[in-house]
Amino acid sequence: MSDTTTVPATPEPAAMRERPALLRLGSMLWADKFAFAAALLLLAMIGCALVGPWLMGDAAGGQNLRARNAPPFDLSRGWLYVLGGDALGRPLLARIVVAAQNTLLIAAGAVVFSMAIGTTLGLIAGYRGGWTGEVIMRTADVIMSFPSLLLAVIVLYMLAPSVANLILVLAITRIPIYLRTTRAEVLEVRERMFVQAALVMGASTPRIVFRHILPVILPTLLTIATLDFAFVMLAESALSFLGIGIQAPEITWGLMVSQGRQYLTSAWWLAFWPGLAIILTTMSLNLLSGWMRVALDPTQRWRLEIGGKRNG
Amino acid sequence: MAEHLLELRDLSVRFHTARGPVQAVQGVSWHLDRGETLAILGESGSGKSVSASAIMNLIDCPPGEITSGQILFEGRDLLTLGAEARRDINGRRIAMIFQDPLSHLNPVYPVGRQIAETATAHGTPAAQARGRARELIARVGLPDPDAAMRKYPHQFSGGQRQRLMIAMALALKPDILIADEPTTALDVTVQAEVLSLLEELQRETGMGLLLITHDLGVVAEIADRAVVMEGGRIVETGTPHDLYHNATHPYTRKLISAAPGRGEMRADRSPVTPLLSCRGLRKEYGGFAALKGAEFDVMPGECLAVVGESGSGKSTVARLVVRLEEASAGQALWKGEDLLTKTPREMAAVRRQLQMVFQDPTQSLNPRMSVYEIISEAWAIHREVLPKSRWRARVQELLEQVGLKPEHADRYPHQFSGGQRQRIAIARALALEPELIICDEAVSALDVSIQAQVIQLLGRLRDELGIAFVFIAHDLPVVRDFADRVLVMQQGEIVEQGSVRQIFDAPREPYTQRLLAAGLDPDPEVQARRRAERLALQA
Amino acid sequence: MQRMIGKRAVSSLISLVGLVVLVFFLSRLTGDPAALYLPIDASEEMRQNFREIHGLNDPLLVQFGRYVGDLAVLDFGESIRKARPAIEVVLEGFAWTLQLALITMTLVTVAAVVLGSLAAFRVGSLFDRLASMLSLVGASAPDFWIAIVAIVVFSVGLGWVPTSGTGTVWHWILPIAVLFIRPFGLIVQVVRGAMLTALGSAYVKTARAKGVRNRPIIFVHTLRNAMLPVITVIGDQAAALLNGAVVVETIFGFPGVGKLMIDSILQRDFNVILAAIMVTALAIFVMNLLIDIAYALLDPRIRT
Repeated sequence: MSDTTTVPATPEPAAMRERPALLRLGSMLWADKFAFAAALLLLAMIGCALVGPWLMGDAAGGQNLRARNAPPFDLSRGWLYVLGGDALGRPLLARIVVAAQNTLLIAAGAVVFSMAIGTTLGLIAGYRGGWTGEVIMRTADVIMSFPSLLLAVIVLYMLAPSVANLILVLAITRIPIYLRTTRAEVLEVRERMFVQAALVMGASTPRIVFRHILPVILPTLLTIATLDFAFVMLAESALSFLGIGIQAPEITWGLMVSQGRQYLTSAWWLAFWPGLAIILTTMSLNLLSGWMRVALDPTQRWRLEIGGKRNG
Repeated sequence: MAEHLLELRDLSVRFHTARGPVQAVQGVSWHLDRGETLAILGESGSGKSVSASAIMNLIDCPPGEITSGQILFEGRDLLTLGAEARRDINGRRIAMIFQDPLSHLNPVYPVGRQIAETATAHGTPAAQARGRARELIARVGLPDPDAAMRKYPHQFSGGQRQRLMIAMALALKPDILIADEPTTALDVTVQAEVLSLLEELQRETGMGLLLITHDLGVVAEIADRAVVMEGGRIVETGTPHDLYHNATHPYTRKLISAAPGRGEMRADRSPVTPLLSCRGLRKEYGGFAALKGAEFDVMPGECLAVVGESGSGKSTVARLVVRLEEASAGQALWKGEDLLTKTPREMAAVRRQLQMVFQDPTQSLNPRMSVYEIISEAWAIHREVLPKSRWRARVQELLEQVGLKPEHADRYPHQFSGGQRQRIAIARALALEPELIICDEAVSALDVSIQAQVIQLLGRLRDELGIAFVFIAHDLPVVRDFADRVLVMQQGEIVEQGSVRQIFDAPREPYTQRLLAAGLDPDPEVQARRRAERLALQA
Repeated sequence: MQRMIGKRAVSSLISLVGLVVLVFFLSRLTGDPAALYLPIDASEEMRQNFREIHGLNDPLLVQFGRYVGDLAVLDFGESIRKARPAIEVVLEGFAWTLQLALITMTLVTVAAVVLGSLAAFRVGSLFDRLASMLSLVGASAPDFWIAIVAIVVFSVGLGWVPTSGTGTVWHWILPIAVLFIRPFGLIVQVVRGAMLTALGSAYVKTARAKGVRNRPIIFVHTLRNAMLPVITVIGDQAAALLNGAVVVETIFGFPGVGKLMIDSILQRDFNVILAAIMVTALAIFVMNLLIDIAYALLDPRIRT
């Protein structure tokens, strides 16, 4: 439609502006009920990760031969067994809560490291370009096609299969995602008029990069990071599942699925519940990432600020 | 009452938006007869295009809603017809062309096919439709119609694309052609050609032409009657002559007085030592020379207008001087020192004195920074200018100076209108108290009345603060009241430079004369004279 | 276009060389094959002999030099595990993976384009929201979990399809179904977005003003434009599948290149690892080329 049919962007009510940032974010989250539920669920998961091992660590390790492969929804053994018991009679609920720590820690660690390194290299490759940029991009290509399984096995043999090393493996494999996105965005943003305006004013390179380019691409990166968090979780579970990730007695949800696999026909719940925990978390992250795309963009934000009405 | 070809009665359209309903058009009535040209004149947000969209059934419902009124085409109310009947009228009886033909043509199909589609959509056999398309391409004046048929939209120039749109619209000889800002994005000389093509075709076919425009000049050139719209309502109706000379509504008067090129030209100034002198400035991209050795001076406190059509190299001059791009050859002497050989560090010191305002304020302001941050950034870069404790007070001062309110400092760019944003950009340029501001098409994206206000503001700043301006524009009338000297560029070369009186009253070069003749004057009498001159130049 | 392909080939080749060098040296960090292939009580002499046969005794650089020399005459070395030329082993596995990827991506593309387009036409409707939910679940699901749940339900519970292996058409159903889910979820979202953009575009408005009927507007005007961003994503997803769906191939005992890869890594079958990497890299290069060609066919602006 031509200019007349689009609604002129009238300034938002002043009251909306004055509210503290956190409260504003909160009300924008409330406006998208799915994202709100997703955020609640993720908060609960993070809560489990923080205090879970402290609360239920003993219960998760306590073997009880009479509760071996105990079926779910049977409260006779106590509420901890509501999701059933595993092959050694340990309560599944407690184990899932405790495993949340490793699972989320590995994913968060990998995302933070890969994002920090990838973004830095991407900024250099995009803004400096030239020979340095070319080397960075080719390195990214090599990393991208390096089989992550081989990397995992190498680390497993060379170093120990610890949480920290798993973070290292996963972080390396995810660097190219941030690197490529950042570079592509920088190439686009550096041509924008406001960057040129800053250049004309005499802004230094650090100022251009950190004041003008990074804040503009950060929402994109955060959105990707949220999505990638889900991806890394899946990758970690897959590695643990294949036996080249975390090793018992440490636990993650992926490893629990793998351990439950041999009892599939007799006790499906061993693999089902941890898998459900993974699916719910990744889905929440996907939902939240979609919300962030809107909420972090000042020109889109109003869609959430005017309240629940969805506008396509 | 005689039946009109097309008549709108009391049409009201409302859009349901997230911010609540917006009344886009309210109680609009007008009519159009065969062989007549009716212009709908209005600025952005006036609702001038909405009634056309309603006629073509192009309003999406929801969010749009036609709340009242009738659209009578040959006496039948279109709004009571079914979708299939409406579709059958579109393209066959009533056709439409748009602003920005590039985005309105499908990028992935050859234009021949798209023109033929108008005919095939209404049942013409494909072979016959292709023949008709070829005929039309020839008729709208494109060379080598057979080759043009197979080419894609991106392979044509802006003016050619609009000709193709016209060919597409006229495939089935419609009774009415609606043209929505058909020449807005085009160069002035091309605009004149497209308008005369429309006139010719109208004479040939006797169709009614509904022309939607923001430009009084276009109305003066081509319209038989005009309606003036503001805020979704018709404020005045009449012939261009009546509207121009006897406008009763204040809005119409405001539009007329805002039209550029009406005021007193500035007197010639005596030469002094130049602030900036460019010598043999060249820029090449690959083998293509975008700028072929520009030589000019800018005096302190003077406004030098650089005028040219697209591809003339006028913006390249600005980008070279401020070192956004590196020149291929030449010098740009700032108070005697060459800017082009300075190191980035040396350049940073000079940048304080030399600021720039860009064409599109929407893009030249960082969307994630508040107005305060945008303006005070200048002092964060050049720390010696102002201590941090005084930043806020100074930002508020500057905002008032450019006609905004001090409390606007904490808002973000997207909360302002286009004109307000350009004022913010100007405030940013002023923050460093520069001696020269380069305005690259700084008012081209703005509505006429806003344009006039911004130019007035720039003029005031020149007079009060003694700032010199390099004012780059594609339109001659815009610079007439503001410039001291004018520099006319064409295809990378300066074809003529002189004082504003010299250029406007006694242009020497044929290109300058053509440019002046192609410009449209809001006064129908003046425009009629100019048209005669233009035709004489062509002959 | 040709220059672009040339440039792409050169940069891909550089990356591949870097990759081969890196994998050659790093893979040897995982340990000595002799420890795996000989009985635990094998004598040091036997081990020495084993290393001698497989050329593992020489300094690493010499081994690498020999490998590159053999590569020049297209000799990819022997597989220790299978005692056959490594390239043969890899091509066998790759043939399986290629079929799996082709069938899956074809199904995914058709289903995602249909569902995504329908969702875009009825934007905001119940169908649209259901499709969005479905694609979200699909994009979030861990494939190994889906795989084992599917085995429990369809193989063990209902007995409709075999649990693993190859041989009949029935063996293909579960692997394809599981591999289908994630790319499907992703591509539906991309198709929907691209279709919405195309439907709201100015050229669709022109077509409506010309009186073009709805059907040609959808099939002629919007679909082709909307496919442009979609085929890029299809390419990425297909590349991921060509790399071998390790988890799914392992669970279903499918002899593809992904399973071959994990087995070779765990069994220190270095030549097979290297050959597999080179074959998949070539396949992905060819596929990216096909995507570029498809892009150029769809969009004339790329061609000129």
